[in-house]
Amino acid sequence: MKPFRIALIAGLVAIGAASAYAQDNKLRIITWADYVPADVIAQFKKETGIEVELTLSNNEEMISKLRATGGAGFDLAQPSQDRITGPQQEFGIYKPMDTSKIKTELFIPSMLDATKKNTTLNGQVYGLPHIWGTDGLVVNTKLAKMADYPDLCKAEYKGKTSVRLKRPTLLAFAFASGKDPFALYNDPKAYAALMDDVGKTLTACKGNIKFFWDNKDQLLNGARTGEIVGAMMWDTGGWKLNSENPEIQYIAPKSGALGWIDTFALPAKGRNDAAAYAWINFNMRPEVAAKVAASAGNFTASKGADQLMDAKLKAQFAKSFPEEALKNVKWYPAVPPGIEDIEGKVLDRVKAAG
Amino acid sequence: MQQDLEVERVTKRYGIQTAVDALSLSVAHGSFFSILGPSGCGKTTLLRIVAGFLVPDDGDVWIGGRSMRGVAPNRRPVNMVFQHLALFPMMTVGENVGYGLARRGAARAEIAGRVDAMLKRVGLPGAQDKRVDQLSGGQRQRVAIARSLVLEPALLLLDEPLGALDLKLREHMKIELKQLQADFGTTFVYITHDQSEALVLSDHVAVMNAGRFEQVGTPQELYYQPRTPFVAGFVGANNRVAGRAVRIDGDGVELATADGLAVRARMSGTIAAGDAVEAFVRPEVVHLAREAAELPSLAQRFSGRVESLLFDGANSAVLVREERTHAEIRIALPQTGRFADLEVREKVAFGFEPQRAVCFRAGSHGS
Amino acid sequence: MAAETAVGIAAPRARLALLLLLAPALVWLVGLIVLPHLELAVLSLRARVAPRVYELSLGQYRTFIDEPLYWHTFVRTAGISILATVCTLLIAFPAAWYIAKLARGRARSVLFVLCLIPFWVSETVRTLGWMILLRESGVLPRVLVDLGITPAPIEMLYHDATILAGLVYTSLLFMVVPLVSALESLDDSLIEAAYDLGGTGWSILRQIVVPHAAPGIAAGSIVVFMLTLGNYLTPTLLGGKNSLWFTEQIYTQFITRFNWEQGAAFGFLLLVLSTAIVWLGLKLTGQHFGDVMRRS
Repeated sequence: MKPFRIALIAGLVAIGAASAYAQDNKLRIITWADYVPADVIAQFKKETGIEVELTLSNNEEMISKLRATGGAGFDLAQPSQDRITGPQQEFGIYKPMDTSKIKTELFIPSMLDATKKNTTLNGQVYGLPHIWGTDGLVVNTKLAKMADYPDLCKAEYKGKTSVRLKRPTLLAFAFASGKDPFALYNDPKAYAALMDDVGKTLTACKGNIKFFWDNKDQLLNGARTGEIVGAMMWDTGGWKLNSENPEIQYIAPKSGALGWIDTFALPAKGRNDAAAYAWINFNMRPEVAAKVAASAGNFTASKGADQLMDAKLKAQFAKSFPEEALKNVKWYPAVPPGIEDIEGKVLDRVKAAG
Repeated sequence: MQQDLEVERVTKRYGIQTAVDALSLSVAHGSFFSILGPSGCGKTTLLRIVAGFLVPDDGDVWIGGRSMRGVAPNRRPVNMVFQHLALFPMMTVGENVGYGLARRGAARAEIAGRVDAMLKRVGLPGAQDKRVDQLSGGQRQRVAIARSLVLEPALLLLDEPLGALDLKLREHMKIELKQLQADFGTTFVYITHDQSEALVLSDHVAVMNAGRFEQVGTPQELYYQPRTPFVAGFVGANNRVAGRAVRIDGDGVELATADGLAVRARMSGTIAAGDAVEAFVRPEVVHLAREAAELPSLAQRFSGRVESLLFDGANSAVLVREERTHAEIRIALPQTGRFADLEVREKVAFGFEPQRAVCFRAGSHGS
Repeated sequence: MAAETAVGIAAPRARLALLLLLAPALVWLVGLIVLPHLELAVLSLRARVAPRVYELSLGQYRTFIDEPLYWHTFVRTAGISILATVCTLLIAFPAAWYIAKLARGRARSVLFVLCLIPFWVSETVRTLGWMILLRESGVLPRVLVDLGITPAPIEMLYHDATILAGLVYTSLLFMVVPLVSALESLDDSLIEAAYDLGGTGWSILRQIVVPHAAPGIAAGSIVVFMLTLGNYLTPTLLGGKNSLWFTEQIYTQFITRFNWEQGAAFGFLLLVLSTAIVWLGLKLTGQHFGDVMRRS
C-alpha cells in the first residue's frame, strides 16, 4: 500500500507544481525558427518581467496543434496571413485582436491595412503583420542556369533539384504555366482542374527532384554540398547561402515570386493576452524589429526598421528584386475553406507517382 | 567372432583434464555390452565418440570392421537412444519412427510398412498417429528404440535411457530392454551409473573410473572376482575394511585396522606384509547368529550389537557394530525369517570364511 | 475453520489491493488506448458538409477504396513491412542461434548488449546517422569512390532498399529476443538425435528447429511487422520523395491537411488491415495467438 500512497502524493505534488508554474507571468509563443532571437527574449524579460517560452513550428503544425486543443496551449501564434480566416471559420482557434491595445503607428500602414483586410472575419480582425518575405528560386549559378520554376525540371538537372511538397509549389507552377490560381480561389471546379494540370507537370518533373524538402536545414545542406543546384525556397535561405557562397543566388522567378506575410494572432484560449499585446508592441519597435529581421533574414512590417537593417541584406534584396520583379510579386490572398482539400489530393498524387 | 565395435586406444582431453584415457574395447556381434561408472567417469564422452558427436584426440573407432575416422554421425551405422530419449515433440509417433527412413529417401509406402511392423514388434501396434506427449514413459522408451532399430544399425548406443523413469517402471523396462535386445539381435552398448541395470542387462560390463576401465568381464566375474578395490566397492553392496597387511599366508592375508580389528581375506594381486590394504566382504557372505555357538565352524568370528535394521523385503539387512572396535558391518538377513524378531541393541555373533572376502593393495587399479 | 474465516475476511482486502495494483495499467489502457480509439472511430464516421458542420458518413472509408493512391500506399507499406520482417528473420535467426546455442557466459551477454546498443540512441539520431552515411556527399559513397568501385558518388538514400535496411536495423532486437528464448528451450539432444538418425543440417533446420521455434518466430515476426508497419520516421526520412508510407499518409491527413476525419479512417483501416494480415499469417503457419504471445 505504501508505495502506492507515495506515488499518489508525488502525483499531486507534481500537478500542484505544474499549475503554480503556469500561473507565472509567462508568454507561450508558437512561431517559426529564427523569429525570436534569444537576446530579444532577454531584453523583453528585463523590460517587462515576462518569461517567453518558444515552440518552433510551421503553418500546418500551428493550425493542427491549436485545433487539437481548441486554441489552448499558446498565448501567441504566427501563422501566415492567408492561413487565418479559413482555419478560423473551420475550427475557431483564434480570438479577435483588440487593435486599441496595439500601437498601430509602429506598423507600415499599407502592410497593416492589407493584413487586416485579409484576416478579417465577420468584421473582426484576427491578424497583424510581422515579417514578410517571398518564395522564389535558389540557384547555384556556377552549376545551373535558371530563370523560372519550370527550369527545375530541365533534363540536365536530373536528381539535383528540390521543392517542398506543399501548396506554394503548386501555386508557383500554376503561375509559371501562365494561369492565375488566386483568381480561381472562389471557383473550386476550375481551381481543381488547374491543380490537376499542375500535378501532372510536377509528376513529370519528379525524376528531377532529389527530395521534397521539409525542413530548411535539409535543403541548405544539400545546396552547400552541391547535391542540389536549384530549388524553390524562401528568400532568407537563399540569402543565407549567398552570404556563404556568392555563386548561390536567390532570384525572383520570371512568373513572379510568391509574397507572404507572417502575422501575430491570438489563440482562442490563450491565457496571457496582456503579455501578447506587450510582445507585439515591443517587437514592432524599430530597433527590436531590426534585430528580429536580422535573425530571420527577412524584412518586417515595422516602420523605420529597414533603415536599421543590415546593409548586406538590403543589397541582397535589391539584387534579387529589381523594380520589375518587386512589382511582379504575387501576394497570397486568404485561402477559402475547401481549397486545401483540392491541393492535398494533388500533392498526394504527386508523392505517390513512381 | 566378429567384433561389431572396436575402440582402439581412444583419448579425449578437455584442457588439462583427460576424460577418456587411451581406452580400448571390443564388443562382439549381438551382445549387450554395458559401460558402468559413476557420473563424470568419462563414459558419456566415450559413447559420444563412438556415435561421432566428438572427435577423439587420439586413437580410432572401428564399427563393423570399418574405421570411423572422419565419418559424420549421420553416416555411421550406429544409432543412439538419448538420455531423455529426444523424441521429436513436433512429430507423431509414426513420423518419429519413420524419420530416419525418410532421411534415407525411402518411399512413402515402404516407410509406412516398416514403421507399422516396427511398432508391432515393440508392442505399440497402431500408435502411428499418437502424439509423443500422449505416451507413457515406457511407451516413449519403446518408440525411441524403435526409431533407431528401424534403421537396422550395426550398433545401438543407449545413454542411460532409464535414468528418468521411476523405480517401478525402471525395473520393468530393464526386462523389456533385455528382451528387445535378444529379440532383435542388435548389438547394444549401454552406459549407466546404476550397477543393478548393468548386471541385469549385460553380457559384458566394463567398469569405468576416471577415464579408464577398471575391469571388463561378465556380471558374475565383476561380482565375484572383482580385480580392483573400485570394482569391489562399486559393483554390488560391499563392506570395506581398510588397514595394513600384518601377515601373508599363501593366498591369504591378515590385516589389522587402525582400531585393532583383525580380518583375514583372500589376496588379489600382490601384497607384501606392511602394505596398506583394503578388504571387501559382501553382506550375504557374512553369517549371523544370536549365539556364537550357532555359527557354523567359521575361521573367523566376531560379536557385536545390532545398530539398525534395514528391512527391504528380500534385500533386508542389518547393521552391526563390532563389540571391541565399533567397526560397522552390513549383514544380509537370510530369507528364512529366523531373524524377524531381531531388535536394535541386541547382542549377536557373526563371522565369514576368509576365502569369500577379498583383499587388495590400497589404491590398486585395473589394466 | 479458523483458517477459513481468516481467508474470508482477507479476500475483499486482497481484491482491493489487486485492484489498486492494476489501477495504473487499467487507467493507461482505458485512458490512452480505448478512449482515443473510440474517439477516432466516431471521427472517422463523419464528413464535413460546411465549416463546423458534420454529418454521419462512410465517405472517408469510401475515399480509401475509390482513390487508388491510398490503398496502393497501404499495399506498398504492408508489402515492404512483410519483406522487412522476412529479412529481419533471416538475419536474426543465425544471430539468435549463435547466442542461444553456441555462445557461453560472457560472450553471450556481450552479444545481447551489442543487439541492444542501437537502442541507446533515439530513433531520430539513428536514422540521421544512416542519412549521414548514405547521402550522396556522405561517408559510404565517398568510400566507394575512394576504393574505385564507383566513378562518382552515388545517391544511396531515397531507395526502397534503404528503407528496408533502416527498418531491418531498427527491428533486429525485437526478432532476436523471442528467437533466442525459443531456441534456448530447444533440447540439443533433439538436434543430435536427428543428426544421428541421418538428418542433414538443412533437414534438421526445417523439420526440427523451425517447428520448435515456430511460436518464437511468429512472435518476433508479429512484433517486427507491427513496428515496421507503424513506423513513421525511418521510411519518411530514408525514403525521401518516394517513401509513401501509410503512417505518413495518416500524419499528412491529420497535420498538414487538417482532415482528421480522413486521418482517423486511415488509422482505423491500418488497425483492421494489419490485424487481418497477422491473423492470416498465423492461420497460414498454423500457429495460435495464445501460444505465440506466451513466447514473446
